Amino acid sequence: MSGSTPVSRLRTRDGLAIAFTSLRTRRLRATLTGAGVAIGIAAMVAVFGVSTSSQADLLATLDALGTDLLTVKPGQSYLGAETALPVSAPGAIRRVGAVEQAAATAELKATVRRTDYVPSSQTGGIRVAATEVSLLDTLQGQLAGGRFLDNASTEYPAVVLGAIAARRLGIDGLEEHPSVWLGENWFAVVGVLQPLPLAPEIDSTALIGFPAAEKVLGAEPTSVRTTTVYVRTRPDTIDDIRGVLPRTANPESPEAVRISRPSDALAARAAVNTTFTALLLGLGAVALLVGGVGIANVMVIAVLERRSEIGLRRALGATRRHIRAQFLLEAIVLSGIGGLVGVSIGGGITVVFAANRDWPVVMPPKVLAAATTLAVLVGALAGLYPAARAARLQPAEAVRPR
Amino acid sequence: MTDRAIRAADEPVPVVELVDVVKTYPAFPPVRAIDGVGLRVNPGELFAIVGQSGSGKSTLLNLAGALDRPTSGVVRIDGDDVSRLSDARLSSLRGRRIGFVFQQFVLIDGLSALGNVATALIYRGMPAADRRARALAALERVGLGHRARHRPGELSGGEQQRVAIARALVGDPSIVLADEPTGNVDHSTGQQLVQLLHDLHRDGATIGVVTHDLAFASALHRVVTIRDGRIESDSGTGAPQ
Repeated sequence: MSGSTPVSRLRTRDGLAIAFTSLRTRRLRATLTGAGVAIGIAAMVAVFGVSTSSQADLLATLDALGTDLLTVKPGQSYLGAETALPVSAPGAIRRVGAVEQAAATAELKATVRRTDYVPSSQTGGIRVAATEVSLLDTLQGQLAGGRFLDNASTEYPAVVLGAIAARRLGIDGLEEHPSVWLGENWFAVVGVLQPLPLAPEIDSTALIGFPAAEKVLGAEPTSVRTTTVYVRTRPDTIDDIRGVLPRTANPESPEAVRISRPSDALAARAAVNTTFTALLLGLGAVALLVGGVGIANVMVIAVLERRSEIGLRRALGATRRHIRAQFLLEAIVLSGIGGLVGVSIGGGITVVFAANRDWPVVMPPKVLAAATTLAVLVGALAGLYPAARAARLQPAEAVRPR
Repeated sequence: MTDRAIRAADEPVPVVELVDVVKTYPAFPPVRAIDGVGLRVNPGELFAIVGQSGSGKSTLLNLAGALDRPTSGVVRIDGDDVSRLSDARLSSLRGRRIGFVFQQFVLIDGLSALGNVATALIYRGMPAADRRARALAALERVGLGHRARHRPGELSGGEQQRVAIARALVGDPSIVLADEPTGNVDHSTGQQLVQLLHDLHRDGATIGVVTHDLAFASALHRVVTIRDGRIESDSGTGAPQ
């Protein structure tokens, strides 16, 4: 009977054009509604981009610093008392085959001050330590100025300051041959170190030679006890070395030796970042959800407002499915545009943030695609109910004048 | 089909045929908006449905235009029984066989006059270029070819209703149904619209108009007066001119 009437059909391109026309005629509302999704997506993309960029930076730092540095420190005995490393420890460690370089430091009970007028209680948190000349190479450190201790200067009252120590002592150049009041003597500052990310404790230390510690400060040789040995190994043997170091450093009680790998701390920082990132991503997701609810809300209102348009379209041949598709598509287009705007804002934030911190900009294309897909999905979910309501409307009811 | 078979050979197939149609709305007690109406509209007729507010004339127009299905009775459009069609088939039938004109124009704000008229062909999957060509021809037919690019907001009420009439005509429907087409325009504009409907009728269109305008109605060959959901009088089946 009805074979003479072909079933209505709507071209995809026409369906999209209808959605865009609807949004264009309600530009302010569309902008405000899409902004919710844009903010959510921007937050998520920015969080992801900033965290991956910072991680990339950390990993690059790790690569540059190397992961082949170990520190050997005295631990606590079974009874909880502080132990010390035996005097033989540095030599024994150096004799291990795979150890490329090692340097011992010994923390001294001395203070360093700008002048002798500064009371001895105002140390500025600066430690004094005796060190071997191999320390700079072992830590692969760089000098900000001057030179490091050498075999000659270790004998004399000469000091090399860590980056923080120099700043706290107010020494910003070596041109005027500054000296500092160390223990009960004037020491000439011969060098200042750049910050050492793998041995940050050195940054706030004033370093002198072992002979100077004994000769100039008059410390008893027995009281100058090695507190840390820095060990640079071949990367492929680091696990083996880790195993033999306690017994090498302290054959009598290897359990009283603590071995650590400073690069692990940096790696841990990257891991902590991941946890924080998850939290921020969650916040972004909440923003996105709120954006989706906003779209659903506005679409429900749109269905009420546009009853006569729905009725008209039904009179012009649109089926229920066409009406449902129209409103669903409108929600998806709205959310999708919001998503694209959000992706570009989030990407922009990442670029600016990373550039500010000298990080490499890392933004996997997969993330951008996933964010856009997520926005489209939110739009589809938000549009589902309003679209169903629009499709349920009876044509006669919809065209009734109000 | 069977109905067509028993019909006399010289009798034309009615464009719209209502047989004993009842439409009730759920309420306590149920409202009988249309209460046993029979109506035949032959090709080429121009007729008016008149009656007081709430008499059921708009409901009758919606039933005749397949915007609504009857509670009982039969509505046939070009011989097709409306109640036997699926939503998709019924929607298609509305789009192709009936042209609607609403009291409040119902134009889409974001589209030009041309776009609005072309929208009537969008659900046929017709390519855009064909739609636009036919829409322009329809606009010229109602004397608005020069306003094709204007948005509804830039058109007067009379012009907007002409666009709506062009939209109703563009798909070559079997019948144009207009619900108070002059209800939202001033008197002289209404006169021009009435003249337009007469012109379209003279060119062969079948037109049904719900109206309050008794002067307009009395000038027509056929006036169906409706009261309390029943046909009070029907000045007969006006023969096609």
